[in-house]
Amino acid sequence: MRADLPILPLVLEDVVYEARGARLIDRLNFAIEAGPRTIILGPNGAGKSLTLRLCHGLIQPSSGRVEWRGPGARGARRRQAMVFQRPVMLRRSAAANIDYALSLAGLERRTRARRVEEALERTGLSLLARRPARVLSGGEQQRLALARAWALGPDVVFLDEPTASLDPAATRAVEDIVNAFHNSGAKIVMTTQDLGQARRLADEVIFLHRGRMLERESAERFFSAPASPEARAFVRGELLW
Amino acid sequence: MHDFSEAFTAAFRLLVGLDPDLLEIVGLSLRMTFSAALIAALLGLPAGAALALLRFPGRHALIVLVNALMGLPPVVLGLVLYLLLSRAGPLGVLGLLFTPTAMIIAQTCLILPIITALTRQVIEDLSREYDEQLRSLGAGVVRSIGTLLWDGRSSLVTGILAGFGRAAGEVGSIMIVGGNIDHFTRTMTTAMVLETSRGNFALSLGLGAVLMALALGVNAAAALLKETAQRAQG
Repeated sequence: MRADLPILPLVLEDVVYEARGARLIDRLNFAIEAGPRTIILGPNGAGKSLTLRLCHGLIQPSSGRVEWRGPGARGARRRQAMVFQRPVMLRRSAAANIDYALSLAGLERRTRARRVEEALERTGLSLLARRPARVLSGGEQQRLALARAWALGPDVVFLDEPTASLDPAATRAVEDIVNAFHNSGAKIVMTTQDLGQARRLADEVIFLHRGRMLERESAERFFSAPASPEARAFVRGELLW
Repeated sequence: MHDFSEAFTAAFRLLVGLDPDLLEIVGLSLRMTFSAALIAALLGLPAGAALALLRFPGRHALIVLVNALMGLPPVVLGLVLYLLLSRAGPLGVLGLLFTPTAMIIAQTCLILPIITALTRQVIEDLSREYDEQLRSLGAGVVRSIGTLLWDGRSSLVTGILAGFGRAAGEVGSIMIVGGNIDHFTRTMTTAMVLETSRGNFALSLGLGAVLMALALGVNAAAALLKETAQRAQG
């Protein structure tokens, strides 16, 4: 699937998002390029989740533009996947949840079966394939959400605080899968407010605060010498709001 | 008060003896109610889901109307249908007045708003949870409706059974459009009205017992179904 023309870069130009008169996202300008794992970092209410939804096209900006500018941009819609903070599982088996996503993507039944199996194996869920998805634990459900995304073979994966409510072991499993995605050539765009996680995963950091982008740096520079006072405070682990 | 105990004994005898008149009446009632519930479900489930998911002008007014129709007085509905179906009415050529078909139409009209309104509520709640995930996966409206109906199945069955219960116990509209004709359009409820006014309490009580058992059975089935489904699917 990734042999197609690239859909990246994704460019945000003067993106503003307002709801009920409040400006929640204020003039975002950045481009997301293929390659490095991009971590969107910031405290609660910084607009991380909204930014991700704007990128994925789930919400439309009040003004400004969100555009895929790669030569394969026409097919962008089907070549991205999103993993939500709280995974939404359909009331059917784990395997059927993945199969459902693949059938929406227009895949043949035979190809689907093979991909479902592959994705379950990749995420260590093969033994749970026939279980109803909703009775799985939180960590297993999140891995299933990742398996569902994996099966789609996306060019870009958006992850919205995928480990926010998970214990360390489950968090570790999710991070391993995120890295497997990265190693397979998929672009990772992930939000987190967990500093440790950002240090473990980030190649580059977009730091948001109150709906604005304060920094866009390589992870190395961001963590060693953050430029803005807000980022400095955040990196030191001080409470920021 | 000896009438009372006598009536009970006679009713018991009718039930145990599987009295043919009683069976015929029960049979017609069940056939009619099942048909009405089935038709209303086939129409009401997609209509309710569409009402939950689609955005169009007049949507809120339509929702209010459907909710209001849940409380539609059966006699009013019966009267309107009577006028529509009677020889001189616009649908008179169909010759449906005083037939079981007319009664099925009446009951369908009566429970369609119930099933539609409950479906709308269930699907709207479910959609709040599923919406972004389904859109992220690229599901269109039609596919979403199917998915949400399937995932809401345990709550929706309860709604359909509620409609079934309402239809089973209803008398006003089917009395008017069915005419309570012996061996043709006589149902449990209309027979009970007639036999009670005639002082024939045995048949009335026997039918009443069947109706009560039916109501209990339906509700027990609904509760059981919901619990099993929730235990199995979370």
